[in-house]
Amino acid sequence: MEEAKTFEQSLEELEAIVKALESGDIDLDQAVKKYQKGMELSKHCHMLLKDAEDVIVKMMKDEELVDLESE
Amino acid sequence: MSEEKYLSVTALTKYIKYKFDHDDHLKHVLLKGEVSNFKRHSRGHFYLTLKDDHAQISAIMFAGNARKVKFTPEDGMSILVEGYISVFEASGQYQIYINKMSEDGLGNLHVAFEQLKKKLSSEGLFEEAHKKPIPRFPNAIGVLTSPTGAAVRDIIHIVNRRFPLTKIIVYPTLVQGEYAKDDVVNNIELANKQKLVDVLIVGRGGGSIEDLWAFNEEVVARAIYASDLPIISSVGHETDFTISDFVADLRAPTPSGAAELAVPSQGDLLQYIGRLKAGATNSVSRLKTEKERALSRQLSSYVFTNPKRLIEGKSQRFDYLLDKLQLLSPKKRLDQSKIDLEKTQKAMQEYYIRLLKTKEYRYQVLLKELAGASPLNIMQKGYSMVKKEKKIIKSVEDLMVGDTLDVVMKDGHVEAIVKAKRKDE
Repeated sequence: MEEAKTFEQSLEELEAIVKALESGDIDLDQAVKKYQKGMELSKHCHMLLKDAEDVIVKMMKDEELVDLESE
Repeated sequence: MSEEKYLSVTALTKYIKYKFDHDDHLKHVLLKGEVSNFKRHSRGHFYLTLKDDHAQISAIMFAGNARKVKFTPEDGMSILVEGYISVFEASGQYQIYINKMSEDGLGNLHVAFEQLKKKLSSEGLFEEAHKKPIPRFPNAIGVLTSPTGAAVRDIIHIVNRRFPLTKIIVYPTLVQGEYAKDDVVNNIELANKQKLVDVLIVGRGGGSIEDLWAFNEEVVARAIYASDLPIISSVGHETDFTISDFVADLRAPTPSGAAELAVPSQGDLLQYIGRLKAGATNSVSRLKTEKERALSRQLSSYVFTNPKRLIEGKSQRFDYLLDKLQLLSPKKRLDQSKIDLEKTQKAMQEYYIRLLKTKEYRYQVLLKELAGASPLNIMQKGYSMVKKEKKIIKSVEDLMVGDTLDVVMKDGHVEAIVKAKRKDE
């Protein structure tokens, strides 16, 4: 379930967590939970970027998608 | 007539050529005109006629100079040339020999461009308020350009390097020639209908103003304006501005620039994530320190360090209450009542004794008085007491003649009978 998150969703969630933590207005056990979650998300973002294959390029031909010959 | 008087055509022509060549005004001419009969010779020379509404002049530009011209002259185009006037003897024609050629900055295309720009601007097509934001992390980018040009290769390359999570869909599009504008419009509409991408890059690589002209067409501008998908335009080089650039949500100087504007850089992102991570770590450790401090503040309270004081306070209060309670105790009141009772009893006794004494004294006095008032005392002085039937008689009224009287004297009784009575007046 966690893995299904897109890069954008993960990053937005991470940003929200950091914001909440920076506000300081949070219970310690909540903060620790959020922190762990934040670390997971940052790892996930890293992984998405690192593991990304070459960009997928398709071509619209007669309203159908075909692979583009990429040298 | 002698034949010597007649000039040969060659001689005359040479003379005429000499006149042209030595005229200061004709040695250096700046000329503006419209191109017609343009021909590019196989050896590279340009042959053309320059004309305006009332006159025309032949023109030639030799290959050496013609190679430097950055555009392809076409019939009807307005151009500016610099050259000199001379005569081509073989045909007897005077003509302009062009050294430099440029497009007339205020040529027809330019006028059309300015007119359209003004029109669309007044209609509000360029307004910032209408410009849509470019998504931060597009899942897919649509690229409307020639599938074979350098532009599409540059875009794929840059996106690949910066943010390979994004997918690219190329919409093969004619970007030059008379069908280009319709193709661009159709593909913008197709991409909007399909909604497979989050943002469109519309454009092409560099070229002459004619090459880029499709992007100055009104239909293209209106299609860009009507697009729901945000559009990044990238037409020609950095110095080229087209109407599409003004209408688009974002203008990129080059196709590579468009790719950079369309996707974030993963290097920057990794750094950003690193900063977020550090921020989270700092925040949590700061929070922990804060809570620890708060805890130790609580622990250092006298409640924990000197718990006796808690009891001291209470014990003092207890004492106070105890005192109060004792004051209110019924035993106290009982004791008090007893004391009061005793007092009262004592007072009563004293009063009684005093009363008794008073009475006794009065008795004594009375006794004395009684003794003093005793008729015996008076009788001692010679007085007698007259009684009738045990009653003391004080008036003659109480007596009748013949009554028997008992006369008491100091040493005995005498019985007497009343013989007469007289009342004193």
